[in-house]
Amino acid sequence: MTLNRRTFLGTGAAAAATLSAPMVLAGGHGKPKVVVVGGGAGGATAARYIAKDSKGEIDVTLVEPSRSYYTCFFSNLYIGGFRDINSIAHSYGKLASDYGINVVHDWAVGIDRDAKTVSLAGGATLNYDRLILSPGIDFIDGAVEGWDTSAQNAMPHAYKAGSQTELLKAQIEAMPQGGVFAMVAPPNPYRCPPGPYERVSMVAHLLKNINPTAKIIVADPKPKFSKMALFQEGWANNYEGMIDWIGSEFGGGNVSVDPGAMTVTIDGEVTKVDACNVIPAMKAGRICDMAGITEGNWAPVSGHTMQSRVDENIHVLGDATNQGDMPKSGFSANSQAKVAAMAVRGALTGSKVFPARFSNTCWSLIDTDNGVKVGASYQATDEKIAKVDGFISATGESADLRKATYEESIGWYDGITADMFG
Amino acid sequence: MKFKNTVLTLVFLLGSASVHAAELGDPEKGAKVFAKCKSCHQVGEGAVHRVGPHLNGVFGRKAAAFAEDYKYSKGLLREGADGLVWTSDKLDAYIENPKALVSKTRMNFRGLSDPEQRADLLAYLRLFSDNPANIPEALPTANAPEVALSPEILAIVGDPAYGEYLSSECTTCHTTSGSDTGIPSITNWPAEDFVIAMHAYKQKVRPHPVMQMMAGRLSDEEIAALAAYFQDL
Repeated sequence: MTLNRRTFLGTGAAAAATLSAPMVLAGGHGKPKVVVVGGGAGGATAARYIAKDSKGEIDVTLVEPSRSYYTCFFSNLYIGGFRDINSIAHSYGKLASDYGINVVHDWAVGIDRDAKTVSLAGGATLNYDRLILSPGIDFIDGAVEGWDTSAQNAMPHAYKAGSQTELLKAQIEAMPQGGVFAMVAPPNPYRCPPGPYERVSMVAHLLKNINPTAKIIVADPKPKFSKMALFQEGWANNYEGMIDWIGSEFGGGNVSVDPGAMTVTIDGEVTKVDACNVIPAMKAGRICDMAGITEGNWAPVSGHTMQSRVDENIHVLGDATNQGDMPKSGFSANSQAKVAAMAVRGALTGSKVFPARFSNTCWSLIDTDNGVKVGASYQATDEKIAKVDGFISATGESADLRKATYEESIGWYDGITADMFG
Repeated sequence: MKFKNTVLTLVFLLGSASVHAAELGDPEKGAKVFAKCKSCHQVGEGAVHRVGPHLNGVFGRKAAAFAEDYKYSKGLLREGADGLVWTSDKLDAYIENPKALVSKTRMNFRGLSDPEQRADLLAYLRLFSDNPANIPEALPTANAPEVALSPEILAIVGDPAYGEYLSSECTTCHTTSGSDTGIPSITNWPAEDFVIAMHAYKQKVRPHPVMQMMAGRLSDEEIAALAAYFQDL
């Protein structure tokens, strides 16, 4: 079977025109317009792929408040001392200069779905034919008793990377010898399932070097967590006696904090802490609520196109979505962005749309040269994005394999950030 | 049996003539070690550049010597310009830890820590260098593929445009610039090598779990399309 795919897939514009009537929905105002809100793994990737693959046929605007974007992935490695903070910072320069994307550093503060406009805090209004929302997460008020965002300087969440991450690390470094670090872990579903536990590992690594008698307490509302066996093996082997993980069976979900007194109360027992990382329950970035496309805490989407189940002119990506089986991760958002980009181009310029395919891999670092990973592939069904196949690192793996896994994660970081920012 | 004779002669010659003789190992064992190399490198009569350059005459060769018809990493081009010559010492160091010698090399090989295995491998490669031995005529080359694929699969002409679409699943990890900072470079591979490698993952002959999963759901045509796209990137 010798087969040249081009002959029937019609990837060229001329071929596409003969195969299906292109629906150019420019709406009488020049080139079709796409507005992307949020410049992370979902939004930056979607903006770049639409601009790159439409070759100037679509006008792309990316709205992102930060000029320097700090990736959440690898921010734990900064805490552990394996990365410089600048090494996880990225700018949008290439998206503007090399891909012609109109990058607007502002906050999106309102969406009019009937008029198809996005209003910005700076006063501007942007028209769109298709809107892509990739706002990441926000925290649910009152999720941890005693904590709200006004307490984030005393007890940082450090779950949006940047100054919060630097603050948390500085507070850990300032702990007295033999002091106590506490983490309040989030309930499901939340951004980056292995993230809190990689963070515990990295905090332990940092403290082992500078404060070896310090203790780590983790109050967790869950009975189990991502890569649990791998982390617990790693903690026992590398940080023996340092980490006390309190799961829901032992009252880990019955927790309150007092940021003024710097105390954490777990199942009635009050502990004075020297640094505390509160990672509250999460919901879709609030612009999704403003747009009226959430059900419960998240925005439901179709896995075929990442279109909102509420409004077909809006695609939602990444952590903010309720899509099915994919974890909320940067890798997932990047994967979903490419499906959305293809669907948006198809709708606006008539380009060929292929069946959606998704994948995810999450690497975590436990200690120096000790990396583990979990991953899966997914396909879209009418109901959800459904898991097809998966794998996970095994306990008891050789040091060589763990080192190779860590080195692979460094390569992945360079790969995905190039895929996001050009 | 010509192989055996050649080896014996070679060992004899080296034993009497070369200071490095003591460091060179057993070429027959080295032929087995070369299994680690042969998915990318060919050696012996008719050897050509594949994912990596051919290794005939590598002893005494200048680094990046085939820049006219093989696309080297910038790191190796610079080493070549700086005068690196593949002596047995340099080859030994490179095989032990490629990135320690040439930090930006695209050679996706973690290194061989066992000095005896390296000595055996070098002894084997030495058979294919002009001095002292000429390239033996009847030695096995690296041409036996990792997985046996039907001629129909190898004959599929991949569509690079379709490959470009599919490639978005690859580029979350593998860069389109061909750099390798921990994830192998997959640009500029001969299409057939790409196809064989992907089928080796698909058939779980190659061990990497991410790649087994990714290749596992690619059809023969999709693999060919990806090969066609990455070949010219």
